[in-house]
Amino acid sequence: MASHPELVCLRRLTRIHAGHFKALDEVDLSIGRDEFIAIVGPSGSGKTTLLNITGTLDRATSGEVRIDGLDVNRLDDDALSALRARRIGFVFQHFHLAPGVPALDNVADGMLYTGLPWRERRSRALQALRRVGLGDRLQHHPHQLSGGEKQRVAIARAVAREPALLLADEPTGALDTATGTQVMDLLGELHEAGTTVVVITHDAAVAARCQRQVRMRDGRIIGDTRQRPS
Amino acid sequence: MTGIRLAPRDLLRLAVHGLAARPLRATLSALGIAIGIGAMLAVVGISASSREELRRQLDALGTNLLTIQPGTRFTGEAATLPEEAPTMVRRLPEVQAISSIGQLDGLHAYRHDRIPRIETGGIAVYAAWPDLPATLGGQIVAGRWLDAALLEFPVVVLGHRAAARLGMDAGSIGRQVWMGRRWVTVVGILAPLTLAASLDFGVFMGWPAAARHFDIDADITTLYVRALPSGVERVADLLAATANPASPSEVQVARPSDMLAAQAAADLAFTGLLVGLGGVALLVGGIGVVNTMVISVLERRAEIGLRRSQGATRRHIRVQFLSEAVVLSALGGFTGVLIGMAVTAVYARLQGWPVAVPAWAIGGGMSATLVIGALGGLYPAIRAARLAPTEALAAT
Repeated sequence: MASHPELVCLRRLTRIHAGHFKALDEVDLSIGRDEFIAIVGPSGSGKTTLLNITGTLDRATSGEVRIDGLDVNRLDDDALSALRARRIGFVFQHFHLAPGVPALDNVADGMLYTGLPWRERRSRALQALRRVGLGDRLQHHPHQLSGGEKQRVAIARAVAREPALLLADEPTGALDTATGTQVMDLLGELHEAGTTVVVITHDAAVAARCQRQVRMRDGRIIGDTRQRPS
Repeated sequence: MTGIRLAPRDLLRLAVHGLAARPLRATLSALGIAIGIGAMLAVVGISASSREELRRQLDALGTNLLTIQPGTRFTGEAATLPEEAPTMVRRLPEVQAISSIGQLDGLHAYRHDRIPRIETGGIAVYAAWPDLPATLGGQIVAGRWLDAALLEFPVVVLGHRAAARLGMDAGSIGRQVWMGRRWVTVVGILAPLTLAASLDFGVFMGWPAAARHFDIDADITTLYVRALPSGVERVADLLAATANPASPSEVQVARPSDMLAAQAAADLAFTGLLVGLGGVALLVGGIGVVNTMVISVLERRAEIGLRRSQGATRRHIRVQFLSEAVVLSALGGFTGVLIGMAVTAVYARLQGWPVAVPAWAIGGGMSATLVIGALGGLYPAIRAARLAPTEALAAT
């Protein structure tokens, strides 16, 4: 696969929702490989829409989206699904773990659509859970886990497929500050290991943990700053 | 890049987990299917068991019994069989056994002499020969039949239901019944005669005894003919002309086993109606599956969104919900087959029948549930697959 310097490239991206509400207004954004980037803004600023389009869950009304050099607008549902299965991992604010299913199976089922055989899915799930520090919680059901642990299971589920791009939508939104810090530490480690991580947040402290901060308001980017990690 | 297919095992696991998450709801909607399939299978099974019983009876009794009765004359009055008819018929090479009975007109049997004469209880009195039970395949349940030694004496053998009407049972051998003019002694009781059920209401006396003690010279009412199984058709064709060469059209020939078979066919039509009712129950069960799946799709929008974010295609989602519906329905179908077989077994046992559940009914029932599951799951599955991932994820 040809290696493009940019992992995500958005050009003049506009998304108009039902009615005339402009969630995104001609946004340009490039995300390079190995970046750790926060998209910050108040609710309604368009950051979740930006994340959904970047993750190919939503389509732009106009503008160009390239992931790893692929023109997303030209791909059909099957091709987009395959792209998500192989290249993109999602982490959600509310975890979305299957209730009544052990952590190991929750993580292994996240690889159901990759075409990997069952045995391989299990072994990768085991590795991923050990990586997020939950090697001793394999058979715990979601209701037996704390909020932070649930989010770590969800992160393990997202990274077990070894995606190039990890998209996290308010990953600390449902957690207290201390637990949120642990989750951000974990995302930092994954970035160190070579994954491009995009975090959506409205929390300045969380954003400060990232190398680059993109600020949004009313569907536009109003600031883009980089800082050396402290 | 396209075309990642889920392994059948993964698909089955998905379906079972999806259903197991809401066990009560899954159980109830599977029950709807189970009742439909169970009802249909029980109806078919009971009817098949009854026909199997009939087949066994016919096997035991034979389908080679023919009856000859006098018909009506050209002028409309009742005809009679010639006295020589038995002798003539016996000469046909395919005839194995023959026996005649003659109803003794005006003669009836009563428990005692104080019963008004008109209260006959529907019991008729017949003159008979010793070979009647052998020809009819009849059995004696108590006492003895009218053998050669008893032919001349004022004694009677009771048909099964006549015995019940007269208040006689196995312990009543030797007791007497009133015959309107004199008392006669009961020497035996017959088992039910399947091929000549009307004789169950009969009381039998030897031909010579009827003439001697009641002074009645009866005409032949019915001639029973047992033919070689291979020659039944030929004998049936020849009987009328043989029994009454002068006017064959005044003779009625019948084959009682045909009547039993016709009765079974009538039962079959009734079975069709009941199976139709079971089908309605099954349809209602199918609608229950649709309902369950529609609700399930609405409730599991977040799960659908999550799966889409993990790379599930629309087809993956569709197939997942479709297999869930099929598994749900198949579960109900399997339970229904068990219920249907159990009901059939219990009912057949109570009736003393052999248990027969046709394989085609079991196979058909299971196939029907798979089709119902697939049809019922189609609409909910399509709805699930059409859900936009972002909309699904926003559902929480």
